[in-house]
Amino acid sequence: MTLAATVRHLSAGPATTAAGTHGFLSPTGVEIAFLLVGLVTLGAAVLTVTTRQLVHAALWLVVALGGLAVEYLLLTAEFIAWVQVLIYVGAVVVLILFGLMLTRAPIGRSPDADSGNRWAALTVAVASAAALVWVVVDAFRATWIDLDGPAAGSTAVTGASLFQHWVLPFEALSVLLLAALVGAIVLSRKAGSRPARDAPPTNAPPTNAPSTDAAPARQPSARNAPAPNAPAPDAPGKDGDR
Amino acid sequence: MNDVLDVTLRLLIVFVVFLTFPLIVGQTEHKVMAHMQGRLGPMYAGGFHGWAQLVADGVKFAQKEDVVPADADRRIFQLAPAVALLPYLLVLLAIPIGPGEGAVGQVVDAGVFFVLAVMGVGVLGSLMAGWSSANKFSLLGGLRTAAQLLAYELPMLLTAASVAMAAGTVSLVGILDAFEWWWLPWQIVGAIVFFVAGLAELQRPPFDMPVADSEIIFGAYTEYTGLRFALFLLAEYAGIVVLCGLTTVLFLGGWHGPWGADGLGWVWTLLKTALLAFVVIWLRVTYPRLREDQLQRLSWTLLVPLSLAQIALTGIVKVVIR
Repeated sequence: MTLAATVRHLSAGPATTAAGTHGFLSPTGVEIAFLLVGLVTLGAAVLTVTTRQLVHAALWLVVALGGLAVEYLLLTAEFIAWVQVLIYVGAVVVLILFGLMLTRAPIGRSPDADSGNRWAALTVAVASAAALVWVVVDAFRATWIDLDGPAAGSTAVTGASLFQHWVLPFEALSVLLLAALVGAIVLSRKAGSRPARDAPPTNAPPTNAPSTDAAPARQPSARNAPAPNAPAPDAPGKDGDR
Repeated sequence: MNDVLDVTLRLLIVFVVFLTFPLIVGQTEHKVMAHMQGRLGPMYAGGFHGWAQLVADGVKFAQKEDVVPADADRRIFQLAPAVALLPYLLVLLAIPIGPGEGAVGQVVDAGVFFVLAVMGVGVLGSLMAGWSSANKFSLLGGLRTAAQLLAYELPMLLTAASVAMAAGTVSLVGILDAFEWWWLPWQIVGAIVFFVAGLAELQRPPFDMPVADSEIIFGAYTEYTGLRFALFLLAEYAGIVVLCGLTTVLFLGGWHGPWGADGLGWVWTLLKTALLAFVVIWLRVTYPRLREDQLQRLSWTLLVPLSLAQIALTGIVKVVIR
């Protein structure tokens, strides 16, 4: 109940309580769009966990996360929407794809992609979904965002509320993330020091070691050919296919 | 009705820009590279100095057979070029070329975040192409693309954040409204870092390790033919236009100029963009390709610290002049 109360506080600012003027049976265009995008997002999310092809799962995740961003947009939270795309689609999914392609990403089905924990996972997922739905419904039951007024989620509003009302949790999260960052560096340095002894030191760049682990990147690949663009007489550089 | 007409007209203009500017950059590249290397470049197509060479290329690409390898993941293989190309079209919508709200396709409140987020999505196209081709070279290219994106997205974001701090807004139109001439020396480090990181994100030489045609045979695009390959090429050149336009808007003052900013602001924007595009071509002819570990080292040990220093400098100056 306290969590719900917190969420209610959060919603108290820009959103207005105007349930009286809206009804569930007279949906506006935005509400219909919101529902449809929500259905697409849900479908993509279900496909993410049910598809038997690993890389397809990551790509369906892109659709699901993009759908969420569109939902944010429809609720006028433009800043949150773009950050969602930037962080999740632009960085997290790329990281997942990178990891998949670096380890194994067969084309076609992966018979071993199924986990034995299916029922436990389902239980946890349903439980957390139920908790979230309950909290959100309890907190926002009769709250409507006035879409016609000034944007309730514009960058200025988001920034002001983040750095005025919520600056303490923000800083706490920053410290947490910083600790995780330092921890990641410590772990990777420990793991990276062993192969560095075997291989010539020039092959071990100090940072982002996994990305250079692809074997051909280490090969002394024709250093005497410094002209990637050396043109054929009639075709410039790599556009030679033309 | 007027609103509909207005929106249609804007979209149409942006679309035409999207279709023509990359070709102009491509043709300029043919000619500039040729002259820098003491040859003529295309001379016959179209008559005058081979101006129609890229049109002819387009016709040729359209006639080629569209091949999908037998072992490839068919749908993703076919979808990838669109994913690589469309983000740049969306980004073009948000780049203002003149003063006021009339000279931009669509005013986006969080413009800086919009353009960087959507540009990042474009790289997903290369990853999809690299994986779905079922080809070792393509997979290597995809891996290198991903590593490069992860390394260079950070300095790009940080330097863009520095400009946003200086202007006090994340809207591209707002940043241009707040621009003063002395921002140029103030943000010069950020500008260079942004431009270099953008080049790396576009995989242009000297950062073209992911496509390295002489080593891994064009990386993620090895298996592509015909129109789909042309779409990837178009995405690269559209990327050059977008990157140069963004650098102009964020760091070089966009439509601001010594004179005539009100009526001829768009000329200044186009002039600066063209100049930067020339620099992009120039760099391609000048520098050899960086090795993969040199690529990573450049970003993590040079560009990231530089962009952090730029942010610190921006913060200090911002506090002092307040």
